[in-house]
Amino acid sequence: MKCERCDNEATVHEVTILKGQKVEKHLCESCARDDGIAVQGVSPALQSLTGALASVSGPGEPEAKAPACGGCGLTYKEFRHHGLLGCPDCYHAFEALLRPMLERAHEGGAEHVGKAPKRSAGALERQREIALLRKGLAEALAAEQYERAAEFRDRLRDAGVDVAAAREAQR
Amino acid sequence: MIGGSLDPSGRGGDPARGRDGDVVLTSRVRLARNIAGFSFLTRASRDDRRRIVSLASARFAGDAVSPGLRWVDLAEADTLERHALVERRLISRQLAAGDEPRGALIAEDDGRTSIMVNEEDHLRLQVMRAGLDVRGAWDEIDRIDDRVESIVEYAFCPKFGYLTACPTNVGTGLRVSAMLHMPGLKLINEIDKVRRAAKAMNLAVRGYYGEGSEAVGDIYQLSNQTTLGRTEEEILAAFTDDILPKIIEYERHARRRLLESRRSVVEDLVHRAIGTLLHARLMNADEAVKLLSHVRLGVALGMVSGVGFDLIEELMLHAQPGHLQLAVGAELNQAQRRPARASLLRERLGAAVSAG
Repeated sequence: MKCERCDNEATVHEVTILKGQKVEKHLCESCARDDGIAVQGVSPALQSLTGALASVSGPGEPEAKAPACGGCGLTYKEFRHHGLLGCPDCYHAFEALLRPMLERAHEGGAEHVGKAPKRSAGALERQREIALLRKGLAEALAAEQYERAAEFRDRLRDAGVDVAAAREAQR
Repeated sequence: MIGGSLDPSGRGGDPARGRDGDVVLTSRVRLARNIAGFSFLTRASRDDRRRIVSLASARFAGDAVSPGLRWVDLAEADTLERHALVERRLISRQLAAGDEPRGALIAEDDGRTSIMVNEEDHLRLQVMRAGLDVRGAWDEIDRIDDRVESIVEYAFCPKFGYLTACPTNVGTGLRVSAMLHMPGLKLINEIDKVRRAAKAMNLAVRGYYGEGSEAVGDIYQLSNQTTLGRTEEEILAAFTDDILPKIIEYERHARRRLLESRRSVVEDLVHRAIGTLLHARLMNADEAVKLLSHVRLGVALGMVSGVGFDLIEELMLHAQPGHLQLAVGAELNQAQRRPARASLLRERLGAAVSAG
């Protein structure tokens, strides 16, 4: 698919609902940036590196350029191979690439409209933080650094996590 | 006693089997859920898998999320138990195999509620009901889901909903399905029309044994594939108020047509099946399901007395290797299973038929 504004390949796909009307944008990365659409941040040096890798693995396929997921390290290529994502963060990391696929698989459905967990938070940010705290707690316990472990436990409790359950899970 | 009068409505007289039991064997609803703070299972370490297992076994067992859930550690369960759980559709074949830490919570008494742990997603909640009762199953699973969610935090984001390992399940994570008996449409050669229509409505069509299986015994499993961009209510309504009633009516129409134009052919099919089941000495599982399917058609059309849908479904289950061996109480190889299966079917069906 070509970018709506120039001749480059469109790699950023955005769907928004405006007054009940679906508005789609298909842009290349630079036009998307001009438009103020956030593009997964990659430093220019890294970009040229992934660009070089992409030209080896496939002639400019957008998926070859996508950076690996920051949460679990899964690459888009690995996802395409297995069909399974690696962690909740993957939805964020590969959002632009997943969108067309999601719309195909779900009869055009692009956004969740159903049930939501009753506990308010549920935001990815918070879940990422909990994941890090859990990991910290496990590492501290493994290293027998009990003071540090207690700190992590307190912060988990502050984040609203059932620490008893978490501790049970550690056993 | 075999024979008896004909039920012109084409509806079987077995209300205990649930609504529309003449066509619908079971309804099923499942929710795919993952626990926040852990990678999905493709990227989870063995330790993470173990943590999820201990969390689920400690916190969901008993009456915490649904009455009487028993924890089954599938890494330790013997082969026979794993087979039997797959045959009851309480766990998937995928979960039964493998050597990773995994398990399931099973409702012992009703045998229709289960939570698979560490399958494709951390948690797969499932509720089954007899006959057409997708909404009843939904109400129950919705309650279980709320209780699970009060114990663990789900991986969820407002934009994509419940986050699942496979993007085809994301959003509601809801899969509704019904197991349909459609011998009428098979006999009038219109089953492919149903298959095509189902595909056009974005439904998946599977066979008796689930994913990738053939439709043994004219039994088909229909399920939704769209989980994102629709509410649970919209998914349920499309499936139970729109799609299923049409298919059920289509099958009944086929049965009526058969009775009008080829009644003796149908009667022959039904009674030949009963005859074989009552007298065969060797029987494999697929043949048993196929014959029982014909008997089921006879029951639905009022051609057979003494036999109910319950018994037929039970026998279809007991014809499967795991249940057969459990019923016999011994491990049997394939060659030993065939006479044992034939004997079990002769006895059970024979008792019902002579009592009827």
